[in-house]
Amino acid sequence: MSIKTVNLTFKYSEGTQFETKALDNINMEIKKGEFVGIIGHTGSGKSTLIQHFNGLIKPDEGDIIIEGKNLRDKSTKLKLIRQIVGLVFQYPEHQLFEETVYNDVAYGPINLELKEKEVEERVKYALELVGFDYKEVKDKSPFDLSGGQKRRVAIAGVLAMKPQYLILDEPTAGLDPAGRNEILSQIEKLHKKSKITVILVSHSMEDIARLVNHIYVLNKGKLYMEGTTKEIYSQSEELKKIGLGVPQIVDIMKELKKKGFEVNTDIFNIQDAKNEIIRVFGSNLNV
Amino acid sequence: MVSMDNNLNKNKENIIEIKNVSFRYSKDEKLALKDINLNIEKGEFVSILGHNGSGKSTLAKLINSILLPTEGEIFVKNMNTKDQEKLWEIRSTAGMVFQNPDNQLVGTVVEEDVAFGPENQGIESSMIRKIVDESLKTVDMFEFRKRPPHLLSGGQKQRIAIAGVLALNSECIILDEPTAMLDPSGRKEVMETIKKLNMNQKKTILLITHFMDEAVEADRVIVMDEGEVKLQGKPKEVFSNVDKIKKFGLDVPQVSELAQELIKSGFNISKDIIHVEELVNELCQ
Repeated sequence: MSIKTVNLTFKYSEGTQFETKALDNINMEIKKGEFVGIIGHTGSGKSTLIQHFNGLIKPDEGDIIIEGKNLRDKSTKLKLIRQIVGLVFQYPEHQLFEETVYNDVAYGPINLELKEKEVEERVKYALELVGFDYKEVKDKSPFDLSGGQKRRVAIAGVLAMKPQYLILDEPTAGLDPAGRNEILSQIEKLHKKSKITVILVSHSMEDIARLVNHIYVLNKGKLYMEGTTKEIYSQSEELKKIGLGVPQIVDIMKELKKKGFEVNTDIFNIQDAKNEIIRVFGSNLNV
Repeated sequence: MVSMDNNLNKNKENIIEIKNVSFRYSKDEKLALKDINLNIEKGEFVSILGHNGSGKSTLAKLINSILLPTEGEIFVKNMNTKDQEKLWEIRSTAGMVFQNPDNQLVGTVVEEDVAFGPENQGIESSMIRKIVDESLKTVDMFEFRKRPPHLLSGGQKQRIAIAGVLALNSECIILDEPTAMLDPSGRKEVMETIKKLNMNQKKTILLITHFMDEAVEADRVIVMDEGEVKLQGKPKEVFSNVDKIKKFGLDVPQVSELAQELIKSGFNISKDIIHVEELVNELCQ
């Protein structure tokens, strides 16, 4: 089972001078259980694409198929699709509105008309999944929490719907390094623990490198590249051309290679880089 | 660990002087800033780092006289920020650019937005035309002058906000996480604009940021934590304190961290590496 797009195309402001193809013939399939990243700079079509994934936007051309159901079919119930695919928007903490953390996370399940006990179970499940102590946090006002914590509450609100796919649009935007680490490690744990499929949308190459195993690169509405994290980062020149950076580590390894040293260039974290440099330059150590 | 050398240098003119400043938001809250002493020289490019809640933005708002110190005094070009008669002069001397590009543009067309400041200053309209065009050219947005702001990218919007500050003829530009909501190319655009303003127009820049790769571009880096200045100095000096910086909830550039790790493993390389080329060159020697 999967989220699949077939020749998906979408135009904004059709028929006006500002007409732009936000998505241009996209074909991709995200299988259940995967942890994938979608990267691209602003305006590349990332957000438009994920809004198709849960039926917020209907394609102009092409199809989108969620768990075997084509969103074009009249018989496909969008309400059901939105339970299957949970979407966490950018700055989701702006959507918190209840007086307590419990009420905020319970909002979705209550609207599903679940029994009180089931609602409570789901709230507990969701808050624990994003790393909170349920008892400690449930009666707090969401507005007394830090930026990173608020964001986790907002994510819990989506998880309480028990989606099979979780899409996060720029989950670390605007957070400081500590908040970024907090969110990313919780997302990582949550993927491992609940086996939920996670789709991470970001322009932060460091975030993506840390977590996902498959990357889709969008540029000007087109699927520009697709592959494993290693495959994508080995194309650093291509990525820079379309306005995306690569982690500094990738640059270091590439530069060393250019100078004629036989280093592996498919490395993107500090520990691996250190080991590789020791392997190649170790003989020069003045210990 | 607060270095004092910049106070000893009497030849240079300070555009901002912060003297024993403490601040609390309300009586029952703890101090957001504790006894800050800091001078910013005219023409200097200073970046302020610190995690959320460390007091960075509070400091910026105090300089701009949006908030007033609970204790101590702040002078912007020798004007006390408590002097309400000088309020507008203070704010046009030290203009601010905020994090969210969508919260600070008011005009329906780019050039109207940039004209907003000078119009309020009562400047004559032919002069406003000139100021607006100049400001837009400086940030490379002149060709977009007739566009509605909502059709611009984030980086372009922030450059318009910077043009708005330039139109006030601000000598000092305070930017509070101007790139936090931008993608890599937007961040690059904004950083290049900032550097250009500092180099070519000699504008004093105070850049508040979470991004270490932006902070390394400054002449001086100030690290804040719990309302205090914990570290300051040239980027090289500050970022060689990898462990300390991490303790303050901040990152160091990946290349600095890698360099430190290699030193720990016995490599004989400089402690103060902050650029990719530096590390590569040292390894290749």
